[in-house]
Amino acid sequence: MTVRYTKDHEYVRAETEGGDVYIVGISKHAAEQLGDVVFVELPDAGKTFKKGDDMAVVESVKAASDVYAPISGEIVEANNAIVDEPAKVNEDAEGAAWFVKMKPSDPAELDAMMDEAAYAAFIAE
Amino acid sequence: MADALKQTPLNALHRALGAKMVEFAGYDMPVQYPMGVLKEHLHTREKAGLFDVSHMGQAFLKTTEAEPGGDGAHEAVAAAIETLVPGEIVKLKMGGLRYSVLLGEDGGILDDLMITRPAKDGLQGTLFLVVNAATKADDFALIGSALADRATLEIADDRALLALQGPAAAGVVDRLLPGAGEQTFMTMRPYEWNDAYLIVSRCGYTGEDGFEISVPGERAEEMAKALLADDAVEPIGLGARDSLRLEAGLCLYGHDLAPENTPVDGNIAFVIGKRRREEGGFPGAEKILKMRAEGPAQLRVGLLPEGRAPAREGAEIQSADGKTIGAVTSGGFGPTLGAPVAMGYVDAEYAASGTVVNLIVRGKPLPARVADMPFTPHRYYRG
Repeated sequence: MTVRYTKDHEYVRAETEGGDVYIVGISKHAAEQLGDVVFVELPDAGKTFKKGDDMAVVESVKAASDVYAPISGEIVEANNAIVDEPAKVNEDAEGAAWFVKMKPSDPAELDAMMDEAAYAAFIAE
Repeated sequence: MADALKQTPLNALHRALGAKMVEFAGYDMPVQYPMGVLKEHLHTREKAGLFDVSHMGQAFLKTTEAEPGGDGAHEAVAAAIETLVPGEIVKLKMGGLRYSVLLGEDGGILDDLMITRPAKDGLQGTLFLVVNAATKADDFALIGSALADRATLEIADDRALLALQGPAAAGVVDRLLPGAGEQTFMTMRPYEWNDAYLIVSRCGYTGEDGFEISVPGERAEEMAKALLADDAVEPIGLGARDSLRLEAGLCLYGHDLAPENTPVDGNIAFVIGKRRREEGGFPGAEKILKMRAEGPAQLRVGLLPEGRAPAREGAEIQSADGKTIGAVTSGGFGPTLGAPVAMGYVDAEYAASGTVVNLIVRGKPLPARVADMPFTPHRYYRG
């Protein structure tokens, strides 16, 4: 499954091949940079965001960070498991510790994002 | 700018241990090691953590009004420093430490510091001072010039300072320095360790039992390695140092105490000695004693937010009916408590333990209550 990344270290991948629901979270690299995550705040299902809006909050022992909507669309599900156990974000940021599932309103926005190789080069800068 | 940062004698060791380095008070310091802030914090509470606090300022204040040695010399140097601090220093016992504050003319707190009276007869007339890194240049300039007619200030920037904190600290230090385990909280003893002169104080900044060890800079790495050789000891960075002291309810100067605060509203009025309350004679004494008698307008309190969201420094504090009553000065997540903790200043009428307030976090009110500190019990060794 193709994973795409933003410069703000969010990732987006399709839940199923060809499906219209996308899984959104923060990259493994972002989780490492944050350090031990102690608090996560997620939006409720049904809320809509424009690309770049403040969508979620993640706090580590060091600082609070905003998580921006990487694409425009509607929240269909929030991953409450990471609200209950924020440390999961450090364990499996790009797997079980996804943040939300979204239905994009403008799938073309995905094309402007980085693929895995481009993101790897971006964080190596 | 990176190459302009000052380094402690343990800089190479921090890097070898895989520390993530950050700038702190002009120094290149470890904020965390590969273990991470959360585990470093918990390890310190369970076993023992080694902290490099060599960036702090160490100095010896020596009387020029009396021959060194004996009570007369101590009284002279203690009376001199008492013109700048509100503590009882004259009656400090040999080998005793006192936590105090350096006061400005208006009674504002310029820094908090440790003042130690030497344990040996021949060294009476000297006080050992440990001050904060960010303020040390100003502190030493002030002390040196204010007391120029009475004492000389020798800055000991050739010495490093290591802290070993946690329930296993006493066993570790006692194996290296036999007898240190018997020292009680807030006492100091000198040691010769492989020909190095050590000043070993039973104190710390975590709420745990532990020691601060002043060691010649060129011997600091050897000392650190000797402590780290014990399985109970892990190196701990500034990140966990901050969460440990916050849970212990201890102030961070420049945040929880500042020049606009006095010991009274800072809720550390215990630093004003009984005799000093009666006699005054410290900067701002009139103002501070009046505030103590009448009650301060605001008071530093502990805060326990509901839920899991931490409130950070600067968050506004509101009363239950929406009135602004103060601000958070330190806040974060307390790993031992498993919950967020904070401290801040509130209007005195809201300072009672249990008072329900709101902390404004990301524009939203976060319910919290005023709570007694420390948040985690102090576990000092009192013999």
